[in-house]
Amino acid sequence: MSDPTSGQTPPGAADPAGPAGSRRATGPKHRADPKDTPGPAGPAAQAQIDPRLLVREQGFAGYVGEFKRRMHSGELGSLPVVVGLAVIWVIFQSLNSQFLSPQNLSNLSVDIVATGLISVGIVFVLLLGEIDLSAGAVSGACAAVLAVLHVNEGWSPWAAVAAAVAVATALGLVHGLFFAKIGVPSFVVTLAGMLAWTGLQLWVLGPNGTVNLPYDGLIAQLTSTYFNQVIAAYGLAALAVAGFLTVSMVGNARRRAAGIPFRTTGDVILRTAGLAIVAFGAAYVLNQYKGLPLALLIFLAVVVAADFVQRRTRYGRSVFAVGGNIEAARRAGVNVAAIRISVFMISGAMAAVGGIFAASRIASASQATGQSNVLMMAIAAAVIGGTSLFGGRGTAYSALLGMLVIQSIASGMALQGVSNSIQFMVTGAVLLAAVVIDSISRRSQKAAGRA
Amino acid sequence: MAAMPEGTAGTPVLALEGISKRFGAVQALSEVDLEVHAGEVVALVGDNGAGKSTLIKVIAGVGPADTGEIRWEGRPVTVTSPGAAQGLGIATVYQDLALCDNLDVVGNLFLGRELRHFGVLDEVAMEKRSRDLLHTLSIRIPSVRIPVASLSGGQRQTVAISRSLLGRPKIVLLDEPTAALGVEQTAQVLDLVERLRSQGLGVILISHNMVDVKAVADRVAVLRLGRNNGVFDARGTSQEEIISAITGASDNAVSRRRARSDSPKEATDE
Ligand SMILES: Nc1ncnc2c1ncn2[C@@H]1O[C@H](COP(=O)(O)OP(=O)(O)O)[C@@H](O)[C@H]1O
Ligand SMILES: [Mg+2]
Repeated sequence: MSDPTSGQTPPGAADPAGPAGSRRATGPKHRADPKDTPGPAGPAAQAQIDPRLLVREQGFAGYVGEFKRRMHSGELGSLPVVVGLAVIWVIFQSLNSQFLSPQNLSNLSVDIVATGLISVGIVFVLLLGEIDLSAGAVSGACAAVLAVLHVNEGWSPWAAVAAAVAVATALGLVHGLFFAKIGVPSFVVTLAGMLAWTGLQLWVLGPNGTVNLPYDGLIAQLTSTYFNQVIAAYGLAALAVAGFLTVSMVGNARRRAAGIPFRTTGDVILRTAGLAIVAFGAAYVLNQYKGLPLALLIFLAVVVAADFVQRRTRYGRSVFAVGGNIEAARRAGVNVAAIRISVFMISGAMAAVGGIFAASRIASASQATGQSNVLMMAIAAAVIGGTSLFGGRGTAYSALLGMLVIQSIASGMALQGVSNSIQFMVTGAVLLAAVVIDSISRRSQKAAGRA
Repeated sequence: MAAMPEGTAGTPVLALEGISKRFGAVQALSEVDLEVHAGEVVALVGDNGAGKSTLIKVIAGVGPADTGEIRWEGRPVTVTSPGAAQGLGIATVYQDLALCDNLDVVGNLFLGRELRHFGVLDEVAMEKRSRDLLHTLSIRIPSVRIPVASLSGGQRQTVAISRSLLGRPKIVLLDEPTAALGVEQTAQVLDLVERLRSQGLGVILISHNMVDVKAVADRVAVLRLGRNNGVFDARGTSQEEIISAITGASDNAVSRRRARSDSPKEATDE
């Protein structure tokens, strides 16, 4: 629309007495009355800042106030899952001291990757308020495509990976077109896709039903490579902390310069310290075993990138807008069909990447790849992690957090020798709890709104 | 209002002449004229089905007219798409606000025209401009960083109106902005309408509430069955006269009720 450097405020809106100085100015509650003060200068000069207006409380009181507000208005985000994860870890560690052992945690960190990558794509779809039931089948079909092209047809691993992801993106395009252009509900389109692409998987694999990947090949190495130099894990942790600190400081400096609320230095230090404890703690544990797993590194990079796209780009903002109110998005000039189609393409592509990691983990693509509970786990992870089923609320990090919860339960139960049956039931209960939290927070958000 | 007399004297910012529009068997608008000057609030009133929303959609480019002329600052223009209307400087706030409940105030204000900084959303610039805009309009909301779901109806309406102002329009169309609001919230919105006028914008305000209309409008344009039925000076005209023009006769249920307690008054066209 208009040049971002030119003022977009209406005529007469120039307000050089900007908020920098007056940001925290208080004054008697007074509504500017234009009848008393005609002329363009009137309202701007008259406007008093409401004590509540646009001021973010700072310091400890600010946290408490913000937390209360979030509780009240149902914006808990990832808080329940973090608490839940801590509880799960305490319980399983008290049952079996092997649970928090470096070996178990390291394996856990690799086991979450394949389904977690699928879940990242699911988060995008859930943000739209839609569902992709085909993700498991697409991941299996594309793992099959990869294995057949690489092993049977002799393609280079990179070419085979690229082909598998391209096929999945095309399948996502098909779902997106049927959904966005013809108006078939996403539930039905992707249910049909689930059946059709499972068939495709069986057809590609042929009569044998299994294609083994070379153990020392590039694809198997995706999940078998560990950077065992101590510096790798610590270096990544240091990079993450330094990156976070830099982004916070630069953002804060810009906010301060613009005269809008910024975090206090203490706040930034606190957050950075929190991240540092988690990052260096994880690095320490990983170094106790084999070092930093390549698969985990890739997964974290994908999650960070997805989060960046969702929260920092116009595309991501449009996804949230379509998930929040389609009509508002359309009137604001968002190309709703393009957003919907592209999201299903992302979901397809992420399903393929997840399928590739699943095949890598067991060094084969089979009829079982991506089948049974993979799809349900990917959706459950996103929801458990705090992404709403109702659209418009969520974050890419929920794929990581939700998978940690699910895999922790699986791993803890396996250590206890609990059968699969119980494991499914517990995971189901956790999912239900997550959906209940989601539903309640949605309801309290509605209640808080339009008061 | 200082801006008003000079505004009405000059060329109108927006002038409609002989606008007609038909939906199948319904002639929704026939030969409608309307003028809006800078710094002027024109109330558009009429009974249900009189064609008010249809006329707004003609101006907003959502449902172009079949025949008739639109002049913008004296020049004939064609407004055949919402984009064309926005390009001219016409902003529309529809009755259903169309805000994204999940986005915060800044996100809603800038939806579809986000400011970017090396391709990345420039939240700092957007937040600053949002705060400056809301400050200029004396709009009070607890924070520009809370989802609009947690704002009251009046606050949501003011956010929707502010949103329309980011494109620096010269004319703002408000379709029943106070219909769903309480007394206090209605007052907030009417205050905002007055501030728009004092900043030199032209406002077309649809309302069914005669008290609101008399409170903020400079002129009242009445539509009846898709035709002009008089333009009144809001200060010099009684509510009864306006109501008569809306209902089409001096002898109607509203005026008969009045007559029993009050002295009856004749309707006059202009
Ligand atoms: N899209 C449409 N299709 C058919 N008829 C319509 C359409 N929009 C409005 N109308 C008709 O045009 C007339 C004017 O409607 P409208 O402009 O909505 O009235 P108002 O807003 O004054 O209540 C009504 O008779 C209505 O039924
Ligand atoms: Mg209407």
